[in-house]
Amino acid sequence: MNRGGSPLIAFFKYLTLIVGVLAALVPITVVLFTSLKTPDENAHTSALVAPDNWLNFVNYKRAIVEGHMLTGFINTLIILVISLAGAILFATMISYILDRFNFRGKKLMLNMFVLAVLMPGVIMQVSIFQIINHLGLFNTRASAIVLYVGTDIIAVYIFLQFLRTISTELDESAMLDGASYLTIFFRIILPLLRPAIATVVILKGTGIYNDFYIPFLYMPKEGLNVMSTALYKFKGPYVSQWEVICAAIIVCIIPTLIAFLALQKHIYNGFTQGSVK
Amino acid sequence: MSNPITQQQISRTFAFSNLSYKTQRLVIIVGFSLIPILLLLTFAYLPLYNLIRDSFYNWNGVRTRKFIGFDNYAAIISDPKYFSVFKISLYYFLSSFIQLGLALYFATVLTFRVRGKNFFKGFLFFPSLLNGVAIGFIFLYFFKPDGTLDAILKLFGLGDYVQLWIGNQNIVNWSLAGSSIWRYMGTNFVIFLGAIQSVSSDIYEAAEIDGANKWHMFRHIIMPSIRRIVELNVILSVSGSIQVFDIPFIMTKGSNGTTTFVIQTVDTAFKFSKFGLASALGVVLLIIVVIVTLVQNKLFGDKEGVI
Repeated sequence: MNRGGSPLIAFFKYLTLIVGVLAALVPITVVLFTSLKTPDENAHTSALVAPDNWLNFVNYKRAIVEGHMLTGFINTLIILVISLAGAILFATMISYILDRFNFRGKKLMLNMFVLAVLMPGVIMQVSIFQIINHLGLFNTRASAIVLYVGTDIIAVYIFLQFLRTISTELDESAMLDGASYLTIFFRIILPLLRPAIATVVILKGTGIYNDFYIPFLYMPKEGLNVMSTALYKFKGPYVSQWEVICAAIIVCIIPTLIAFLALQKHIYNGFTQGSVK
Repeated sequence: MSNPITQQQISRTFAFSNLSYKTQRLVIIVGFSLIPILLLLTFAYLPLYNLIRDSFYNWNGVRTRKFIGFDNYAAIISDPKYFSVFKISLYYFLSSFIQLGLALYFATVLTFRVRGKNFFKGFLFFPSLLNGVAIGFIFLYFFKPDGTLDAILKLFGLGDYVQLWIGNQNIVNWSLAGSSIWRYMGTNFVIFLGAIQSVSSDIYEAAEIDGANKWHMFRHIIMPSIRRIVELNVILSVSGSIQVFDIPFIMTKGSNGTTTFVIQTVDTAFKFSKFGLASALGVVLLIIVVIVTLVQNKLFGDKEGVI
């Protein structure tokens, strides 16, 4: 390995890589340790010491039950699935007509999507709040869903870029066969957009799973908590029970870990392609 | 867009020779744009209009609005406390250079032959996938008295250096900015790695055969190929550090001198019910973000050209 490099450089290279991995890993591992400790054990051992009993799931049970984390998971899942389906459908539709047709107002539409990217998300909630209220969506899952679907401009970007690489000759030859535009969209364009859809699912999926402020602001009602807000609720009352908070953190991380292990390659691609919005 | 001529040809075909395609065309343009545009207007442009309008009013969110002209803006400009929070952004801005430097270093190292490449890549990237609240809590535990950091320091016999990492006002913003590095480094790293790997591996092999060392390769092959994406990320970290919200809101709720401009704005609205003033603060931030973006476009030309 490392043809031509001196052993010292190789040593330094692996040393820094290992330090990097430790820096990424230690903060999470310590939380995992603590989540498996009893309150007494946690009070008397260093944070870096592994738990006595690796199968002590008491804190997990408490976290899931007292923190309504199952409800949170289900709510997150409902919002995630509907928002992703809606965002992908609408974003592919608008991208299709913006890329394939010329019509009056097209430039304006494109610019509207481009400019909307600049609006600072959290700040805009100051006035979006009134609109959600007027529409009667406050304290409903629909509030988060319409916001995730409606302000999804990144997806439009990704689809527009990808559509440009799909030759219009495909559309034309389908039209010679008498295919309607709807057929062309659903049978030709949509299947070809699959890699771009995967990118959007990855980026938007992690975005929604990790979003905190929208559910925090619009869905404070009990029973409407998502994973983020369920976890956040541990902050005040459990301040002296870090074992339980740590268990809740791990519960929140596990779905991400599973998704990462299952979809690694797609995730790397998604983040690389989504880098330039 | 890529094929303007072909597109024109298509539309001419519809227009002159095929009436049914013409009707279809109209139906599909209207049908496919109706809902996305309606959503965009309702949740982006109507709020924008309201934000600007409300910034000229005194309004607590419930009772009737009172028009006060530029008073909200005058209040923001005359009271230094509203702009002094931008100092907090500096911590995040400076730390973003460490973040980009680390990302660049790891991306470069992993471009060359390394054992366990995927293992290192996975662990370095994984934190950036995590939930913001989980990260906030992980670092509250990391920095708390007798938490992870203190335990590590004691392990190495550095117990004397233990501090109130969150409690000490002189340190807390560095702690939060550090958490932010941990959270976002992986994203930059994967983006840089992707950009470097878009260079054909033949070039590296050829350079190696020609006797180029690692530094030469970094300097003359890697750096030119990713210069633009690095520069773009530097600019993005400017607008990113102006808009910091999650980490300080979740970890300290902006207490102890950690309030950022965004926290200040949402607090003004949702904690103190001064919606008019909050709207004016929002407009100020929007103007700043637009200026930064204009500078970015000036430096990088067409946004879509940067891939």
